[in-house]
Amino acid sequence: MDLDALASCLASPACLVTQTTSGLIIGMLLFLVAVGLTLIFGVLKVVNFSHGAFYMFGAYFAMTAYQLTGSFALAMLCGAAGTALLGLIFERAFMSRVYGADVLMQLLVCYAFVLIFDDVVRMIWGPEFKSMGMPSAFQVPPLFIAGGVVPPYYLLLIGVALAAAVILGLGLARSRIGKVIRAAAHNPGMVSALGINTGLIYGGVFALGGMLAGLAGALAAPVRSLTPGMGFSVLIESFIVTVIGGMGSILGALIGALLIGLIRSFGSLGFPLFTEGLMYLFMVIVLVSRPTGLFGKEVA
Amino acid sequence: MTRTRKPGISRRATLALMGAGAASVAAPWVARAQAKTIKIGMPTILSGRVAQLGTSSRNAVMLEVEKVNAAGGLAGRQIEMVIRDSKGQPQEAARIARELVNTDGCEMLFDGEASSGSFAVHEVARDLGVLCIHTCSEASSLTADPKQHIPNAFRCVRQGIHDSIVGASYAAQISKAKGLKTWATCSPDYAYGRDTTGEFVLYLKKFAPDVEIISESWPKLFQPDYTEVVTKILQAKPQALYSCLWGGDLTSYIDQANIYAMFSQMEVFAVNMADYTALTVVKNLPKGIHSGDRYIKTFPPTPENAAWGDAYKAKYNEYPTNWSWQNATAVMFLDAAVKKANSTDGKKVAEALTGLTIKCPFGADGTVTMRAEDRTLVGYAIGWGTTIPQEPYVPDVKAGDWKTIFELEAEWKKSKGYT
Repeated sequence: MDLDALASCLASPACLVTQTTSGLIIGMLLFLVAVGLTLIFGVLKVVNFSHGAFYMFGAYFAMTAYQLTGSFALAMLCGAAGTALLGLIFERAFMSRVYGADVLMQLLVCYAFVLIFDDVVRMIWGPEFKSMGMPSAFQVPPLFIAGGVVPPYYLLLIGVALAAAVILGLGLARSRIGKVIRAAAHNPGMVSALGINTGLIYGGVFALGGMLAGLAGALAAPVRSLTPGMGFSVLIESFIVTVIGGMGSILGALIGALLIGLIRSFGSLGFPLFTEGLMYLFMVIVLVSRPTGLFGKEVA
Repeated sequence: MTRTRKPGISRRATLALMGAGAASVAAPWVARAQAKTIKIGMPTILSGRVAQLGTSSRNAVMLEVEKVNAAGGLAGRQIEMVIRDSKGQPQEAARIARELVNTDGCEMLFDGEASSGSFAVHEVARDLGVLCIHTCSEASSLTADPKQHIPNAFRCVRQGIHDSIVGASYAAQISKAKGLKTWATCSPDYAYGRDTTGEFVLYLKKFAPDVEIISESWPKLFQPDYTEVVTKILQAKPQALYSCLWGGDLTSYIDQANIYAMFSQMEVFAVNMADYTALTVVKNLPKGIHSGDRYIKTFPPTPENAAWGDAYKAKYNEYPTNWSWQNATAVMFLDAAVKKANSTDGKKVAEALTGLTIKCPFGADGTVTMRAEDRTLVGYAIGWGTTIPQEPYVPDVKAGDWKTIFELEAEWKKSKGYT
């Protein structure tokens, strides 16, 4: 424990800025993965254990597109669009067959695809780790805000993730499609009876979830190494986020992810040997005080 | 139309009889040929996160075995390698090693496991008495600890303690020249990371007593994001940073530290940087990272080493790794020991191997030795240098001094109670 370091950081604006942005970028990437997970659970009532694979595919798609075109924007687009398509195919071809099945069956199907997707990546891109490299536009010195260090790329990353959060939140709350999705989550039988194609909605929601995870992977690709199986560690943390925020709640995912990010960045100063433990401890506290998570609804 | 067949022996039956006859005549020849080959078993890691190193070990072994076989084999017997994937699991490595000897009839073992698995294979070698050469494990205690000594096991690998001595002596020189007094460390949180960093710091303080460690970070092995570690180190404002992160973890760390301009704010000593697996992957490799040599074809700066690196690349379309040169050296040692013993009998070969010095492209002076007292590799090329973003990546490697290594290694062994 190094509480002196934590206290002196909290007293210094430079340190506060650096550590807060550091927490924000960890949190925002986690949010993009976790929100897909929570959305899929909220509407489809399925825990998508293979969600980490979409993060992985997003990163690999982005790297390949970047190598082929040299365009960062196209790389992001390919990462997101590619995983959306993959999500749609995966949902229609496989997941849709196990909606009514036992939860164990759903877990088994997802886990099988964790292994299959990892091997597919290994076959296409090889077993060794890869690096996409930072686009030259972002190979610039970091900004200094109130003495704190903030890399410009991370500002973009936080901006894109925030935009995704706002669009998603507003879209679900205000748009017609959003209302249909919420209705389908609440009572799929009635939605179907009203002549709305629920299969299409389910496929769309799965594709959206996959796309968000893919976008997170694409955004992470310039700064994280790409390996088969890279989705797994992100998935575990995303589960923690959704459990803290409440399964099915988008606001919960955002708050949960930001809290985890901040716990990591400030925890590494104050509790360098217990940063991971701190995350789980926080999850336990939340679960004990609010078993449905911070923003989760009581199950009737 | 119906076919009629004359009574008597048909053409088919005649052919079948002739075939059977030929087979029975040929059979003893086949049996003789089988006995003539010598099987060498090798558990290594061919899947999972470390697969690239295991594959490069297999590649290097096959490259050298082909040469030995082309030159007539081991005492006239062609080598047949039986290489199996342990997936990096120690219990699987031990099971495979046992199976290779007992079921597949392997007469010798190459242990291509990382440290955790190598101790398991070592116990199998102790139990079965089969000749075993460890080719990948750098854990010093595998040969330094007398409890591990068995007459049939050898280690043909660089060693953690050697790296720490050379690295710390190099770092101390730079420290003194540039006045680097405040240091931070950032290494993966498992046995290798903790031990190697501990030994490096121990010797750094010995060579440069005024050095102070002001920040330590222990990220998890295979952690995807290091941002909080990077910013923590930036807050501590050390003058120098030591790290033994490796592989994909190291490249992630560099990419993430790069955008915080960390490499312009402190001297970075990353022992595992100068390995082609990392050097060729990092897209924006910063100039001036200090690194130990792992395998690099420009060090030792000899035509033999360069030729070997190029031959490997020509065959496998990628550069060799640290595990490659070690595995290749193991085949070279085996070949030389069999010639010296003029036999492929495990015991005789082990006797010949003990204390053997051979010519080798990876030797500091063109030779390497299997030191008799602990049956481990010494005299290999070991040094540190600084990186540049393109080939040859580490243009000027300063060689470590084996005399100093031997002196300090002996002291270290005494302090550990090994001698």
